[in-house]
Amino acid sequence: MLKINNLNKSFHSELGSEKKVFKGLNFQLNHGDFVSIIGSNGAGKSTLLNIIMGNITPDNGNLYVEDRDFTNLASYKRNTFISKVYQNPALGTAPSMTIFENLSMADNKGKRFNLTLGLNRKKKKNYKDTLTQLGLGLEKQLDTEVGLLSGGQRQCLALIMATLNRPKILLLDEHTAALDPKTSQLIMEKTKKIVEDHEIPTLMITHNLNDAIKYGNRLIMLHEGKIILDFAGEEKQNLTPEKLLKIFHTKNTSIKDDELFSL
Amino acid sequence: MLLGTIEQGLIFAIMALGLYISYKILDFPDLTVDGSFPMGASIAAILIIKGVNPILALGVAFAGGCLAGFITGYIHIKFKITNLLAGIIVMTGLYSINLRIMGRSNIPLFGVDNIFSDRPNLLIILFIVLLSKFSLDYLLKTKFGFSLRALGDNETLVVSLGIDEKKLKIIGLMLANGLVALSGGILAQYQGFSDIAMGTGTIVTGLASIIIGESVLRKGKMFNVTTIVIVGSILYRFIILGSLKVGFNASDIKLITAILTVGIMAFKSKNLKLTLKGRLGGVFQNAQN
Repeated sequence: MLKINNLNKSFHSELGSEKKVFKGLNFQLNHGDFVSIIGSNGAGKSTLLNIIMGNITPDNGNLYVEDRDFTNLASYKRNTFISKVYQNPALGTAPSMTIFENLSMADNKGKRFNLTLGLNRKKKKNYKDTLTQLGLGLEKQLDTEVGLLSGGQRQCLALIMATLNRPKILLLDEHTAALDPKTSQLIMEKTKKIVEDHEIPTLMITHNLNDAIKYGNRLIMLHEGKIILDFAGEEKQNLTPEKLLKIFHTKNTSIKDDELFSL
Repeated sequence: MLLGTIEQGLIFAIMALGLYISYKILDFPDLTVDGSFPMGASIAAILIIKGVNPILALGVAFAGGCLAGFITGYIHIKFKITNLLAGIIVMTGLYSINLRIMGRSNIPLFGVDNIFSDRPNLLIILFIVLLSKFSLDYLLKTKFGFSLRALGDNETLVVSLGIDEKKLKIIGLMLANGLVALSGGILAQYQGFSDIAMGTGTIVTGLASIIIGESVLRKGKMFNVTTIVIVGSILYRFIILGSLKVGFNASDIKLITAILTVGIMAFKSKNLKLTLKGRLGGVFQNAQN
C-alpha cells in the first residue's frame, strides 16, 4: 500500500521562473489496486514516478508504504520494495549476462549480494516454468545472453525480473510503448496475470486509452499535477475512450490536446 | 629467454586481470593503474629492504593499490569528476607519493631476500597467477560478482536490485588497483629493482594484452575471460620480444604497443560494423511492426 500526503514540487529554470508541478497532491494506492494513470505531456506522471523512486526529491509532503515513511530513503534502498519496468526494454536487464544469471540476480533483489554462488540452481525449474508460460521459447535459452534477445523478449524478462520478488509497489512507465502491438498485447496480459495473482499494488502510466480502460481496477487522470478524474469498479468498466475524452473536455474546455492520446 | 618472456607475461597478466575488472567489467577506463603499478613496486621494494617479509610486502602493496582505487572511485562519485579525469588526477598525485614512499627514484633489490630467492621463478609466479585467476573466477560467479558485472552493463538494474551502486563501483576499482599494485610488487622483486618510471603506459600494455587475448581465443566453455587475459599477456610479451629481435630499440616498444592496440581495435571495429548493421536492421524491423 502506497500513500502520498500533501505532495509539493516545483522546478526552477535557470532564469528564475518557477513551474509548479504538484500543489498538495494526495493519493492512495490500496492493496490489490491496479491503477492506470493517463494525462497529457507535462501533467506530472513521470515526475510522480520519479518522486516515488527517489530520483526527484519533493519540496514538501510525505510518502508512506504500509505506514512507513520513506520520503527521505535513498533510491537504492527503496528499490528493495519498489520495482519499476521502463519503456526502454534495455533498462530492465543486464545484456551481457545470461537469462539464468539475470533471473538469479532478480531473485536476490533486496538481499545481500555476498560471496555465495550467484546462480540459483535450486530454482532453475521454477524459472523454466515461469518462462514456459510466456510462450516465447525463452525457457530453452536460459544460457543465452540477454543482449541477443528481441526487444519484446527482453521486456517480458524485465517484467518477470521486476515482479519475481513480489515488490510492495510495482511501477510501470509506458512499459509497452516501444513494442509492436502483438508483443504489447502479450505483455499487458502477462502484467495483468502477475499483478492479479500476487496482488501487487501497481501504478501504470500509459498513453493508450484502450489499455488504460481495459486493464486494472482503477483509472485516474492527471492534469497539471492534479487528479481530475478517478474512476473505479463498474464506473470504470463502462468507460470508452470517446467518453473519457468527452469528460476530459467538459472539465477542461481550454485544453485541446486529445491528439496526444492514441485511441 | 623464452622462459623469461613467459614469466614476464605471467607477472603482467595479474595487472591485466586488474585492468579487466575496471576497463571491461566496470566499463571504467581507469588511468590510476599508471600510478598504482609503480606504487605496488615502491611499497614492496621499500619494505623488503627494511627487512619485512617479502610476502607480507606484497600484501601491503595490494592494500596500497586498493587505497589508490578507493580515492579514484571516491572523487569520481562524490565530486562527479569524470572517470577518465579522476584516474588522471590520482595517477598524477601518485607520482609524488611513490617518490615519497621510496625516498628516491630507484631502489635496487639485488642480494636482498625476496620471494624468488632460492626458488624456481616460474613456479612461484605460476602459483600467484593461478591463485589470482581462480579467486577472480570464483568471485565473478558469486552474487557479488554478478552485481559487479551488471554494474558495467546496466547501472539502473543494479540500483533496482537494491544495491548501493556507488559503493559497489568503489569496491570494484579497489579490487582492480589492488591486483595492479600486486603485479607491480612482484615485478620489482623479479627484476631486482623498483623504478619511479616503471608505470608509464601500464594501461595501454594491459589493454593490449586483453585485446590480443580476445582476438586469439574465443570466450566459451574452453576458455573463460581470465584465461584469455593471461594468454593475451604472454602473447603480448612474445610480440615485444619479436620486435626487439627484428631490430627495434627497447625505446620503440611503447610506440609498437600503441600502434598494435589501435591496429587490433580498428580491425575489430570493422568486423563490429558488419554485425551491428545486422542487429540494427532487426531493431528497425521490430519498430515497424
